[in-house]
Amino acid sequence: MRLLNYTTKYLAFVLLILLTIWAVIFYFAMLDEIYDSLDDGLENQKLLMVQRAGDDASILTQNDPEFKKHIYNFTSISKANYQNFEESYRDTLMYMRNEKDYEPVRIYESAVAFGDDHYKLKIITSMVEVDDLVEHMILYLAGLYTLLIISILLLNNLLLRRIWRPFYHLITQLKNFRIEKNTALLIPESNIEEFNLLNTTVDRLIKKSTESYISQKHFIENASHELQTPLAISINKLELFLETNDLSDAQLKNLSAVMDNLSKLTRLNKSLLLLSKIENHQFEEEATIDFRTLTEKILADFEDMAAHKKMRFVTSSNGTLKHTINNDLAVVLLTNLIKNALVHGKKNEDIQIKITSDRWQIRNFGSMVELDKKSVFSRFKKSTGRENSTGLGLAIAKAISDKYSLTLHYRFEGAHIFELLVPVSK
Amino acid sequence: MKILIIEDEPQMLDTMRQSLEREHYTVEAVSDFKSASDKIGTYTYDCILLDIGLPDGNGLELLKQLKEQGHEDGVIIVSAKDSLDDRLTGLDLGADDYLPKPFHMAELHARVKAVLRRRNFDGNTTIEIGNLIINPENRTVKMEGSELVFNRKEYDILMYLVTNKNRLVTKTALAEHVWGDHIDQSDSFDFIYSQIKNLRKKLEKATLKVEAVYGVGYKLEIE
Repeated sequence: MRLLNYTTKYLAFVLLILLTIWAVIFYFAMLDEIYDSLDDGLENQKLLMVQRAGDDASILTQNDPEFKKHIYNFTSISKANYQNFEESYRDTLMYMRNEKDYEPVRIYESAVAFGDDHYKLKIITSMVEVDDLVEHMILYLAGLYTLLIISILLLNNLLLRRIWRPFYHLITQLKNFRIEKNTALLIPESNIEEFNLLNTTVDRLIKKSTESYISQKHFIENASHELQTPLAISINKLELFLETNDLSDAQLKNLSAVMDNLSKLTRLNKSLLLLSKIENHQFEEEATIDFRTLTEKILADFEDMAAHKKMRFVTSSNGTLKHTINNDLAVVLLTNLIKNALVHGKKNEDIQIKITSDRWQIRNFGSMVELDKKSVFSRFKKSTGRENSTGLGLAIAKAISDKYSLTLHYRFEGAHIFELLVPVSK
Repeated sequence: MKILIIEDEPQMLDTMRQSLEREHYTVEAVSDFKSASDKIGTYTYDCILLDIGLPDGNGLELLKQLKEQGHEDGVIIVSAKDSLDDRLTGLDLGADDYLPKPFHMAELHARVKAVLRRRNFDGNTTIEIGNLIINPENRTVKMEGSELVFNRKEYDILMYLVTNKNRLVTKTALAEHVWGDHIDQSDSFDFIYSQIKNLRKKLEKATLKVEAVYGVGYKLEIE
C-alpha cells in the first residue's frame, strides 16, 4: 500500500470513532436543549392558562382528560393534595391524526390555586420524534464522513503527492540503480529538510558503495594479475624438474598432485580475472552470433569427454537463435553451461539441448535434488564432492547473461534445466 | 637457432632459458626495456619471447622498433595480462603469436617451433621423426611411403608430442592444447587416455612410442 493511502486508512478509522463519539454527545446535548426549551414553553403556557382562567372560569371545568378539544385540562384536587403536589414533566404517547400513529408528547403537570379552589393542571405539547432524529442524524453523519474521506483522499493525492514528489523521484532512481553500471543518481533539490537529509545521505551512501565496489573490483583484478607470474614460475619449474629427473612412481604421484593443484589455482585465477573483466566491460566488441552454430562447435570439443562418461548430446533446434554478443564471451557462456551439464550429469544419460527462436535450453539428469535457485549462480557455490570445479562457471555464465540482457535461470523438472532467454530483437 | 628472451621476472626467465637450452637453442636473455632495445637493434634472432609488461617500458614499443628497423625476427608475446587489446595490437604490429601466462613449457616449445618452422623452412615444412614424415601444411602423416590416417584430435596429439619429443608433456598441457582452454574444469583428464590408446594402435609399426609417465602425462620416444 502506498504511503499516501496508508495514512488515509488510519485517518478514516480514527475519524469514524471520533465522529461516532461526537454524534452520541451531540445527540444528548441536543435532546437536553430541546427538552429544556419545551419545558420552558410549557411553563409559560401554564402562566397564560392561569391568566385566562381569571377571565374565563369555564375552562376550569371543561373536563377533557383525553385532550380531545384542548391541549390542557384542569382537575379539581384537595388542599392537602395541592400542598403536597410536585410539578413534573413526563413523556407519553398520544394518537396523532395526521401521522395516524402514536407519537411522543410531553405532559406538564402542575397545581394551581384560585382562592380556595385547588386544581391540577395538565398541559401537553408535541415532542421531537427521537427515532426520526437518530435516523436523520446517522444519515447526515454518514454524509459528513464520506465527504471528509473524499476530501482527505483528494487532498492527499493532490497536495501530498506534490510534497512527496522528490521522495518518489529518489525511489524510482534507487529502483533502477545498478552498482556495476556506475551511473550517478540525479538528486533532486527539495525545500523540505527531511527530504534533503535523505537525499544527501543516499547520495553519500551510494558514492561510498560505488567506491568500495570499484576498489574491490580492482583489487580482485590486480590480485589475479599478480598471481599469474608466481603460478607460471611454479608450474614451469615443476615441469622442468619432472623432465630432468628420473623419479620413482611415488614421487611422480606426489608431484602430479602438486601440479594438479597448481592447475586448479590457475583455473580459479583465470576465472576470477574473466569475471572482473566482464564486469569492467573489457569485452566491447560485439557481433551477431548464431547460437546453433556455436553450440555445435563447442559440442565437438566436449565429445570425447562425453564419450568417456558414456553420455550423449542430443540437440534439437527449432528456429534460429541469434544475439548480438561478444564472440569470446558467447563461447564462454555456452561452454560453461554445457560443461556444467557434463560434469554434473549422470553417466549413461543424454544431455538435451533445445534451441528455439527465443531460448537456449540445456537439460541434464543428475542428483534428484533440486538446487537452490537463489544461490546456484553465486560465486564459489559448489556442489559437494566436486573438488576440481572452481565454483565460478555458473557465476561467469550469469555475469555474461546479465551483461547482454539475456535471462539465465534454473529450474528442476526431474532433470536440471538451465535456460537462456534471448530478448526478441527489434 | 637463436632465441632472445625479454622477461623482467628473473625466475621466469631462468626457467624458460633452461627449458629452451635443452632443445639446443642458443638462448640470450635480457630483463629490461633498455637492454632489450639495444639487443634487437644490434642482432637478429630467429625467435624473440617478449614480455610486454616491462618495468621501464612497454614491450609493444620494441615490436614497433623491430618493424621500423625492418627486422623480421619471429616474435611471441608473453604476457601476464591476457588482454584482447594487447593481443590484437601485438599481432597487428607483427608479432607471430601471443602466449598468456601461466603457460606450460610444452606449449611454449610448440609455439616456438611453429614460429621457427614458418620462418626458416618456407615451403619445405615436412618433419621427419623416426620412420614418419609429417607434413603440417596439409596435416598428413606418412610411414615408409604409405599414409597413416588420423582424426583431428589424434593428429593434434601426435603433433604436440612430436614438437615436444623426448620431453614430458603433462596431461593438463595436452588437454588444453588439443581440446582448448575451456576444457579445463572437467573432473579429470581420463578421457585423453582413450585417444592415446587409439594413437598408439595406429603407431604400432612406427618407431615412435608414446610412453605414459605415471600420473603426470606422456612422453614421445624414438626407438
